[in-house]
Amino acid sequence: MPRELKDVLHDWEAVIGLEIHTEITTSQTKMFCGCPVAFGGEPNSRTCPTCAGLPGALPVPNKKAIEWTVLSGLSIGCDIARWSQFSRKNYFYPDMPANYQISQFDTPFCFDGEVTVEVDEKFTWQRYDRGTADNVKAVEGDVDKGYNARIGVTRIHLEEDTGKMIHVGGSDGRITGAIASLVDFNRAGLPLMELVSEPDIRTPEEARRFVHKLRNIFLTLGVSDCSMEEGSMRVDGNISVRKRGTTEFGTKTELKNMNSLKALHDGLTYEIVRQVELIESGGKVTQETRHYDPVTKVTSTLRSKEDAQDYRYFPEPDIAPVVLTDAQIEEIASRLPELPDQRKDRLMKDLGLPNYDAGVIAGDVELSAYFDEGLASVGKGRLKDLAKPFANLVLGDLSAYLNAEGITADASKISSADCMELVGLVHEGTISGKQAKEVFELMVESGASPTTIVEERGMKQLSDAGELEGIITAIVEAHPDQANAYRGGKTGLMGFFVGQVMKETKGQANPKMVNEILGRLLS
Amino acid sequence: MSDTQKRLADTLPFMSATEVSALVTSKEVSAREVAHTMLDRIKQLDGDIHAYNEVTPELALAAADNLDKRIAEGATAEELGKLAGAPVAFKDNMNLVGTHTTCSSKMLEGFQSPYDCTAVRRLLDAHTLPLGKLNMDEFAFGSSTETSATGLTHNPWDHKRVPGGSSGGSAAAVSAGMATITLGSDTGGSIRQPAAFTGTVGLKPSYGRVSRYGCVAFASSLDQIGPFSHTVRDSALALGAIAGKDPLDATSMNVPAEDYFASCNQGVEGMRVAVATDLLEQEGLDPRLKKEVLDSAELLAGMGAEVVEITLPSTKYGLPAYYVLGPAEASSNMARFDGIRYGHRAENAEDILDLYMRSRSEGFGDETIRRIMIGTYVLSSGHYDSYYMQAQKVRTVIRDDYKAVFAQADVLLTPSTPVLPFKFGEFADDPTAMYLSDYYTIPVNMAGIAGMSLPTRLIDGLPASVQLVANHFRETDLFRAGAALESSFAFPYDSVPAGQA
Amino acid sequence: MALTQAEVREIGLIARLNLEDGAIEGLQEELNQILTYVEHMQELDLEGVAPTAYSTDFTDSLRDDVRVPSLPREAVLMNAPESKEGAFLVPRIKALGIEDSREDTAGGGS
Repeated sequence: MPRELKDVLHDWEAVIGLEIHTEITTSQTKMFCGCPVAFGGEPNSRTCPTCAGLPGALPVPNKKAIEWTVLSGLSIGCDIARWSQFSRKNYFYPDMPANYQISQFDTPFCFDGEVTVEVDEKFTWQRYDRGTADNVKAVEGDVDKGYNARIGVTRIHLEEDTGKMIHVGGSDGRITGAIASLVDFNRAGLPLMELVSEPDIRTPEEARRFVHKLRNIFLTLGVSDCSMEEGSMRVDGNISVRKRGTTEFGTKTELKNMNSLKALHDGLTYEIVRQVELIESGGKVTQETRHYDPVTKVTSTLRSKEDAQDYRYFPEPDIAPVVLTDAQIEEIASRLPELPDQRKDRLMKDLGLPNYDAGVIAGDVELSAYFDEGLASVGKGRLKDLAKPFANLVLGDLSAYLNAEGITADASKISSADCMELVGLVHEGTISGKQAKEVFELMVESGASPTTIVEERGMKQLSDAGELEGIITAIVEAHPDQANAYRGGKTGLMGFFVGQVMKETKGQANPKMVNEILGRLLS
Repeated sequence: MSDTQKRLADTLPFMSATEVSALVTSKEVSAREVAHTMLDRIKQLDGDIHAYNEVTPELALAAADNLDKRIAEGATAEELGKLAGAPVAFKDNMNLVGTHTTCSSKMLEGFQSPYDCTAVRRLLDAHTLPLGKLNMDEFAFGSSTETSATGLTHNPWDHKRVPGGSSGGSAAAVSAGMATITLGSDTGGSIRQPAAFTGTVGLKPSYGRVSRYGCVAFASSLDQIGPFSHTVRDSALALGAIAGKDPLDATSMNVPAEDYFASCNQGVEGMRVAVATDLLEQEGLDPRLKKEVLDSAELLAGMGAEVVEITLPSTKYGLPAYYVLGPAEASSNMARFDGIRYGHRAENAEDILDLYMRSRSEGFGDETIRRIMIGTYVLSSGHYDSYYMQAQKVRTVIRDDYKAVFAQADVLLTPSTPVLPFKFGEFADDPTAMYLSDYYTIPVNMAGIAGMSLPTRLIDGLPASVQLVANHFRETDLFRAGAALESSFAFPYDSVPAGQA
Repeated sequence: MALTQAEVREIGLIARLNLEDGAIEGLQEELNQILTYVEHMQELDLEGVAPTAYSTDFTDSLRDDVRVPSLPREAVLMNAPESKEGAFLVPRIKALGIEDSREDTAGGGS
């Protein structure tokens, strides 16, 4: 029985760096030609002399894609190169039409950035072995409340994506066992940003948080649809392990095919445990590239270091160097939208939302937009009272509905303004919180607005003191035994009376008033 | 054959483009007659010379009919331009839909052009008549057109001699009167050296002056397309047609074409002409060719130019650096020929590696393989700094040297080649010996500046020449000095033996 | 630094050229001739000289993000030695031994 992550983390620490490829899917055209950025369709239907690698064709770089890259770099605090050039990365592979990839080598557009990730208390154990007092002390803040980790970003450079291949004759569409492959260059030449992190990541959860945050940032910028499943965002990891307290790096392996956040976490976990077990049983980690299988949750060797390529990088002579002036960079910076961290700050400071609520909303770009839409639907003066219950609704019933439907907030059938209206109805005392739940369900069913539902169903809360007093007096008189028992000290019977009132009023009685009147009549 | 037809057959081959367009636009001769006459001549002569890889009568006649129709509809000579009706042809590394683009390689045998090369399209847009595609050294690797997989091209002045290369077919076609203007490409002298060997005017424009889009790349930082012609004025017209920014070529510069034709009439009064004394003392330079340079300087001085003596010490490092940079870029540019999307594909390949290895070895000739091997080596880790990086630094030194020259002079006068046209097989044993024939042309590519080879006189029945070099985007200076020299020398290009009935 | 025959073979593999045993020796000699020739540039002391990758001074030849029509599929495929269902057909890839990062279908862009 293989050990689990928590078993090996007492003595060992992982060192992880990530390489993240993100297609600039919002670009209209490919990186070096005017063919459209699109998905699906007939093979090779979106190709031209340049992206099909025909003899004599030349690349012309897409200005917008460079600006997207710079914007991405600025969003994570990167420095931007004032002078950079493209380079050719030379190696033969059938999905690469020219048998070289136009990329960047020693002058990436963006360098020296940083992303701070918040790891919540459930995963603090991955980083800090609770057994060692020193480690506990090293935690920023309280171990039980999670911690922040700063992950350095070495660089972001821009390159072209490769084509796609379909492997035929094999069992499961993989290369192994295939007898031939079909090459489609529709994807070839799509603008692709490659982000390389520093080896600052120590746990699978930090890696997951890091990718999640980057994804959130890129989605906020609108640079890409960032789909890990469909490959517009692809994550490779470099992993090594070392004894806790040591500073030297162990031999690393490169891990590929982690095509979801869960696969990223599980793949890294498997690889850490594998490396530790290998070393502890007297073996040595081999520098190699490994493939993660999300079904079996196991990694396996793809190729060894002996197969490493000499890419013979040299400056791409077909493309002039790119010079960016301070003014140009400032202009691009002025396009930066509110970023997730700023968004979270705003939700906490301006609206008084708790850290958790603000974090969850700001951490989801669709939910954030949804939330802001709701805020905008009511007057600023009311936000102080409504923001928190609105957040409760969004994170509670609405999120449950979205999850059940398997959709994101932008596809919600229920508008944000309607949700806010519902919160308002409760706040004004028009309906009770319990009724609100019912109304929400009816909104899901019918799509009607909460006010309409409340009116049509006569669900308005009963708040007339005289009428309530009459009803409650009758109920108390009808149950003399219980009333006496209550007066004798069985205060738990309050619930019984509330229930009776609610039954009588079909749940429309104002609970606050019911409690008040009952308390008085039973005293 | 009628008298008119016979007269046309005798005179057309050595007419300038302006003369042809005057005949055609004045309806004295139809464009169709021009096309037929030239196609007949090719049929008659090219069996011996083999300048053409492919002749395209349908395209030529279609263009001719189109032009005749425009003229019949009343289009004026002014609207149609001075190239209208000129018979043209293209080096076989330039794509043109309706033709094959083989680069004279087995690798691209039968390759149908899927799109048009910008320079070709622009020349055709000037109402010229496309006669076909021209032989070359395989993928432009060579200086004699001997590496062509489609056979040798013979020098029209002496069939035992090479026409130069790599644009040997483009040079021979004009030289033998089988086209009025042709396009070639020049990476280290591939226009100017064959022009020198065939008694034609060959122009390598400044890097970035003409779009390279659609021309199969040899060394992307050095390649440039340019024209061959009988006269300097035709060269000026051709450059005017093909020059200018192309949105499909990021290295083409946004510098508008100028009136080069007008520059030809400007004279050289007040021009500063530099002569590099150290280049004339270079070992291996034929003293007769040295004399052409000195005589040219004297002629220019006689016409009012000021001659200044300068030195260009970095020149001798041009060749070695070129034989690093050229192959380095070529090794990468040649990678796309792998038997998958086009080109020769080995039969019954076991797997992709086998397919790559055999397709490429079977498809490429020896010189191509040599260049790829050298280029791969000099870019590989461990050798990059001592070869590729060093060569890049040499390029800096060469560029600086020329900057100094053009601070003192408008044009530089040098030999085009150190030798007169050589015989077939003369350098079969030593690949580097032939490289020397590009000694004076290579540094011009390294610096990205403009150069023109201009025929001067016949020496022992073989064409002699000089090279004029001008600064970036100063082609107008080449045309000024070139036209002046041309009128002084009056090179007898129409006396080429191959062209005589 | 003369090239050995083993190095010639190695370069051949990197360049994907199948060099026959009989051709190696001749090629070795020719390549060494060329390398010896280019060695001349080592005579220059270029300490402190900046390398120039381009033969002219230029920057920023960028393109606006505007679509232009793609080539018709037939034109893209018309020179393909073997194609199937509109895609280029290549033989088995396993023996390549390199860059099998494309193992997964979503891969690419190493």
